[in-house]
Amino acid sequence: MKTGLFIPCYIDQFYPGVARATMELLEKSGCKVVYPLNQTCCGQPMANSGFAAFSKGCDKNFVQNFSGVDYIVAPSGSCVLHIKEHLQDADEQKATYIKQHIYELTEFLTDILKIEKLDADFPHKVGLHISCHGQRGLNLSSMSELMEPSFSKPERLLGMVNGLQLAKPKRSDECCGFGGTFCLFEEAVSVKMGKDRVREHAANEVEYITAADTSCLMHLEGILKRQGSHIKTIHIAEILNSSKA
Amino acid sequence: MSVREKILAAIAANKPALTDLPVVDLQQVTNYEEPVAKFISTLESIGGKVYELQAIQQLEQQILQEKEEGLFVLDTFAGMEDSFSAWPATDMEPIHKAYIKGSIGVAENGAVWISESQMVNRLLPFVCQHLVLVLEKDKIVSTMHHAYRQVNTFEEGFGVFIAGPSKTADIEQSLVIGAHGARSMTLYLLDTK
Amino acid sequence: MSTASHSKAAVAFIKDEPRTDWHDETLWFVREKRDKAAHGVAEWEQLREWASQIKEHTLSNLDKYLTAFEEKAIANGITVHWAADGKEHNEIILEIIRKNSIQRIVKSKSMLTEECGLNEYLHGKGIEVVDTDLGERIVQFRDEPPSHIVLPAIHLKKEDVSETFHRHLGTEKGNNDPQYLTEAARQHLRSKFIESDLAITGVNFAVAETGGFVVCTNEGNADMGAHAAAVHIACMGFEKMIPKAEHLSVYLRLLARSATGQPITTYSSHFHKPRKGQQVHVVIVDNGRSKQLGRPDFRNSLKCIRCAACFNTCPVYRRSGGHSYHTAVAGPIGSILTPNIDMKANADLPFASTLCGSCSNVCPVKIDIHQQLWKWRQVIAAEGYVSAGKKTGMKGMAFVLSRPALYRFSGKAARWFMQVFPFLFRSKKMNPWYRQREMPKPPAQSFRDWYKKNKTA
Repeated sequence: MKTGLFIPCYIDQFYPGVARATMELLEKSGCKVVYPLNQTCCGQPMANSGFAAFSKGCDKNFVQNFSGVDYIVAPSGSCVLHIKEHLQDADEQKATYIKQHIYELTEFLTDILKIEKLDADFPHKVGLHISCHGQRGLNLSSMSELMEPSFSKPERLLGMVNGLQLAKPKRSDECCGFGGTFCLFEEAVSVKMGKDRVREHAANEVEYITAADTSCLMHLEGILKRQGSHIKTIHIAEILNSSKA
Repeated sequence: MSVREKILAAIAANKPALTDLPVVDLQQVTNYEEPVAKFISTLESIGGKVYELQAIQQLEQQILQEKEEGLFVLDTFAGMEDSFSAWPATDMEPIHKAYIKGSIGVAENGAVWISESQMVNRLLPFVCQHLVLVLEKDKIVSTMHHAYRQVNTFEEGFGVFIAGPSKTADIEQSLVIGAHGARSMTLYLLDTK
Repeated sequence: MSTASHSKAAVAFIKDEPRTDWHDETLWFVREKRDKAAHGVAEWEQLREWASQIKEHTLSNLDKYLTAFEEKAIANGITVHWAADGKEHNEIILEIIRKNSIQRIVKSKSMLTEECGLNEYLHGKGIEVVDTDLGERIVQFRDEPPSHIVLPAIHLKKEDVSETFHRHLGTEKGNNDPQYLTEAARQHLRSKFIESDLAITGVNFAVAETGGFVVCTNEGNADMGAHAAAVHIACMGFEKMIPKAEHLSVYLRLLARSATGQPITTYSSHFHKPRKGQQVHVVIVDNGRSKQLGRPDFRNSLKCIRCAACFNTCPVYRRSGGHSYHTAVAGPIGSILTPNIDMKANADLPFASTLCGSCSNVCPVKIDIHQQLWKWRQVIAAEGYVSAGKKTGMKGMAFVLSRPALYRFSGKAARWFMQVFPFLFRSKKMNPWYRQREMPKPPAQSFRDWYKKNKTA
């Protein structure tokens, strides 16, 4: 089972630790991981700004890099959702295959690899931030607005980590405010939303905030650091891949 | 082409392909085991007061007493003079209390259906300071779906579902009972057995 | 108008952070009440599905339903008018006023009349309208528009209301008790109802089967006016139509629970025939709706029943307030309705969102709001209403990100600059990110660099 590792552009450039943890986690779980060297970006930043028409180059490059694998996995709900909803290519068959076989990390671990236990240790109090696109777009966990049975793929996996104490903020699934270019063009609202999230986590006296999307964490981390907070952010892949060693 | 024709033509040209109407299946909606108990608790939670009664005559004494005290009280179940339906608003304004019989009650929301012939004057249930409704216990159904199957809400010229007293939360979300309609709503449940 | 409008207004709103917190918490509280009410209906998601399908069917057969409604209404003694736009709507109402020598007018909540600018229009003709919904009367006194389609004065504290009522009604200065203030409004408006010549109301639902319509209120103000005045004008956007009376059961179960968390509004008034001697008029308005109907991506926005659940859940609305949206209908639904009416003026609105998707989940008629927001962004960009600077930036980004070697070079360069010249990024003026957030720390190697070094033979 060949698994293509899709590392979003900003993770490749700014959070390589997340990429490494994702790769190691997949390898530990028995996947044959392939990392296409010429991948770049899924095209979401342009598309969300109204310029999906400019994403053709990114789409083409994505299909070129990710054809020939059985699955594609990324440590990012928003990038995976974007590909699933908006990927287009001259080769429709290839594009369709990709859209049907691309997964965010926690859903891949849960639904495809069907992980039941992890050899992971993270003896810390951790606040869980639910990233919107993964939750409402990929259905990684149940949504507070809907009358449906409660479930959470990320939470279930975190429950397999030794020593981890999970804390949930009061508003379980309110958006952090990153929103792509929104974080720059509606900076005031974006930061206010982030500050409110941080405040709820701080009230739980967590040491870390985790999420399945680095974009959320980058935004929250920026706020935490400006506040001089001791709370750190960490991607869920890094927690699930952690060990005593 | 008139404005009407232009609008209808635009709609006809732009509307999507015809889709089906869903069937609302009564089996899939809530059916309370004890609709009366649910109705009472719901109506009380929204500001209504509920009392039980064996016969409507039990109210007659109360109504008589209120009238003797000089309160402007009207009860429509005894029948009203023909001219009452045409009373202007200025004559309706001073009404202190109105007693009206309702036809159906809805357990899920505490609402009672009153048709025009029951209120006689359309302004009555709204303009009175205090509203008293009388409803037979066995006329309580579980949900609005059941209610609409039992009563033709467009049989008469006007009708209304009334759920409790008038209210507003427009000032900083503080609930205030008594806005422009009745300040209080009392319901007498008639046990016709 | 560029994308500055909502964001600029939001900056001003957020400046008062404690007040923003108060506004946000107040509306979140309404969202929580909605959740509680929805949890109390086991078949809630099924109801939403039925509500969505009934509206979708209605839109697909709308012309037939409108003519059926009109026929029945006329047979019942109601006069039906058609207005292509807001201007015609206002003129029709003016004509009725003049024909009947109407002096005293009361109006209950109608977002349509707000959309058409009725009050301003009539004021220009020397005719005053008294808004009777408590929230609307408050903002009317203050000469501001409502900030929320269900809770018009939600942006005001009781101290603000007290001050306004002291000035206009002579209430005790400094008495902020909501009960006291509501009583004052009751007394003040009661005579207005009783003496009114004309009552203008909205329409929550128009029923094709019977030619009748339903108006829902908690205060009873629609009825106080409609049953007192000699003339009643009910204004509706044509999408308020539903096929049958029995369908009201679906919508009346969803509307108040979605809007305020109540199982139903105090009054759900079913108007069928005028009372004896009364004139009833219904004004059916298009104002861009037929155009929206013709947009396959956006026509489902016409399913809206104006409950405002999307407002209450929207994290952006709660922290920027309705006035930041500069339209009659604000919030998420406003952002997918108004670009259709005036794309240039409302080009900023679909961008006033993180696309979190909460709105679509609370919508009782399952409008895919967040997906329509994304789609509007494409239309607005294609029509040229996104700033040239942003467009160029995106073009540049697309160029770089689609070329692997260039992407790698740019990434490395960016990290290098951040490492060696961090002060370049520390301008709050030039770098919006840096205003209230630290920059991410640039690693020495990208993941690819590390991978090539450690994982390839």
